[in-house]
Amino acid sequence: MTERNGFPRTGSNGAPEDDGKNTAGTPVEFSASCPVPISEYPQILLAHGGGGRLTRTLIDSMFVPTFDNAMLDAKHDGAVFRIGSCRLALSTDSYVVKPLFFPGGDIGSLAVHGTVNDLAMCGARPLYMAAGLVLEEGLAMDTLWRIVQSMQAAAKKADVQIVTGDTKVVDRGKGDQIFINTAGVGLVETSRSLKPDQVKAGDTVILSGDIGRHGMAIMAAREGLEFEHAIDSDSAPLNGVVAKLLNSSAYVHCMRDLTRGGLAAALVEIAESAGVQIDIQETAIPVREDVRAACEILGLDPLHVANEGRFVVFVASEEAEEALAAMRSHPLGATAAVIGRVQEGTPGLVTARTRIGTTSIVDMPSGELLPRIC
Amino acid sequence: MKYLDEYRDAETAQKLARAIRGLTTRPWTIMEICGGQTHAIIRYGIDGLLTKDINLVHGPGCPVCVTPAELIDKAIAIASRPGTIVCSFGDMLRVPGTGRDLLSAKAAGGDVRVVYSPTDSLRVARENPDRQVVFFAVGFETTAPANAAAVFDAHRLGIPNFSMLVSHVLVPPAMEAILSSKTNRVQGFLAAGHVCAVMGWTEYEPLAAKYGVPIVVTGFEPLDILQGIHMCVRQLEEGRAEVENQYTRSVQREGNVAAQKIMTEVFQVVHRKWRGIGEIPRSGLGLRSKYAAYDAEQRFELEAITVDEPKECISGLVLQGLKRPHECAEFGGKCTPEHPLGATMVSSEGACAAYYRYRRLIHKGERP
Repeated sequence: MTERNGFPRTGSNGAPEDDGKNTAGTPVEFSASCPVPISEYPQILLAHGGGGRLTRTLIDSMFVPTFDNAMLDAKHDGAVFRIGSCRLALSTDSYVVKPLFFPGGDIGSLAVHGTVNDLAMCGARPLYMAAGLVLEEGLAMDTLWRIVQSMQAAAKKADVQIVTGDTKVVDRGKGDQIFINTAGVGLVETSRSLKPDQVKAGDTVILSGDIGRHGMAIMAAREGLEFEHAIDSDSAPLNGVVAKLLNSSAYVHCMRDLTRGGLAAALVEIAESAGVQIDIQETAIPVREDVRAACEILGLDPLHVANEGRFVVFVASEEAEEALAAMRSHPLGATAAVIGRVQEGTPGLVTARTRIGTTSIVDMPSGELLPRIC
Repeated sequence: MKYLDEYRDAETAQKLARAIRGLTTRPWTIMEICGGQTHAIIRYGIDGLLTKDINLVHGPGCPVCVTPAELIDKAIAIASRPGTIVCSFGDMLRVPGTGRDLLSAKAAGGDVRVVYSPTDSLRVARENPDRQVVFFAVGFETTAPANAAAVFDAHRLGIPNFSMLVSHVLVPPAMEAILSSKTNRVQGFLAAGHVCAVMGWTEYEPLAAKYGVPIVVTGFEPLDILQGIHMCVRQLEEGRAEVENQYTRSVQREGNVAAQKIMTEVFQVVHRKWRGIGEIPRSGLGLRSKYAAYDAEQRFELEAITVDEPKECISGLVLQGLKRPHECAEFGGKCTPEHPLGATMVSSEGACAAYYRYRRLIHKGERP
């Protein structure tokens, strides 16, 4: 899935949360003598936006060392910082999804949900959003109207306001109808630190619901694959279910929404950032029958498929039941399930107990998901 | 999921594994032909269920892995020309030729499209009458009938801007090449179920007789593979060398006759280079002279492009079952799925990629 290209996940900037000081390192000047740090590919491939290893490499080798600050180093969904007595979260995301409209959503609602969800993962209550629209010359006014209406409906549902924006138009052929960037700020009302480094051995891993629907909905719509019943995207604002969870007595250590790269990428990222091993049970992961079937046909692993309305929670084991109950009390967490446990083990390793009772390694996808030949 | 979960049952898997253990009195080396089987074995850790006496080696049956760098370079050469569209199955895009892959050709401005069926590329050709549309036809006997049908249709419907870069390969000649090699260690085969669904298994009977090896037509789910191994070990232990069919729900002895007919109409057997292995006589399919007008190599005059494989890559030895992926010095270091040196690291069916994805930490530092 490549609908969220660019500066994914780590689109944060500013002063670190803990001391409020700007710790940006020595400025780096790009000149002819300063080589581009990524040498393997001289050009950007679509796979660099796929949310897998290549995306990671790009972020780690080019963006993080260049922008160099503590908040970016945290590699979370957004940045959390203090201004006066308030803790705020800031996040941004760009949307280049094709087709613009798909079962269960469209680029407009997706652009709102994505940023709302990134803020929610920081433990923030999303408040205000900015929207930047890049329009291609010739885009039907009616199409734009539908997208804008959808953005407003999604914002209302998520209880955020779109308070500022920007519009640019590019020549016909220089864009793909419409690209949207959104950024948002939210208020962090919990005093807890919800970051990957809080994840500890012994934590229980909870998944908020079935996986793989968004990616398969997009792939089916994009490639004209027809299934008996259309698979609808899971795109949804997660701030409601997250509020239920954070208002419960369960002590949550970290949350991560599943986007490109799917559950596998989210777990591997957390395991690497937290320096822990995560063991999951394949049979505990809810996957809808139609999604499993579509994945089988295309030779894809549901663990690698994109989602836009699902997240994983890391919580102290003794409070897992409370967390589960809180999540299940919200419609977007109704099928939440315990899928695994954090171990000391090998840092960065994610393993799965397979359906037939053996153990295998879970890895993040390399780049774009490419259907297998046979 | 119906028709799949039944073949992934933990209890039955353990039962079959016990039965194989009970049957085995000495070490046996068995090769699974198909990359899909390799993927399932590694993905589900099936070899971990078996006794150490059963040595599974991974055969040359991943179409992506055996497509020679030369043909990928030809596909890139076509994609780099103005006015062309190259259509391919998805996982071919990441396979390196000598220098680049099709993804890089796409990033450089080439029009490279992923299709799910050769028929899709015919549609692309009809929608773009002013462009040359080339389908990169790779694969074994499994994909050959549909590819043949696309050429047949292009001819019948008169679609002049369509052509095919053909890299088809055949299973039995590859098995014979492995069996007749002096270094061969393979004592039994799991034949590829989907290939046999098209071709049947009569062509394997002479191989079993000549080389004295059991060949079991086997499916792709964990229980299929365990049952296939069980049948193969039983033959080995009993001193038999026959062709047996585990995959009865899909395969009949004579195969799919209609599919064979369209293959024979469009394709003829030719000599073919295999990546990392070299040329195997009469091991591939090429277009018959009647359909030569649809041959992209002729249309774009690409015959002059010839290349050698990268030296560091031992994929040829891996594909012949002589080395395991983690026995390669570059495995997981210079060679990863993001930066593959050879095709076996590219496709999820490739033995090296499957080991990397599901095994690399287990085999770290291990140098048998």
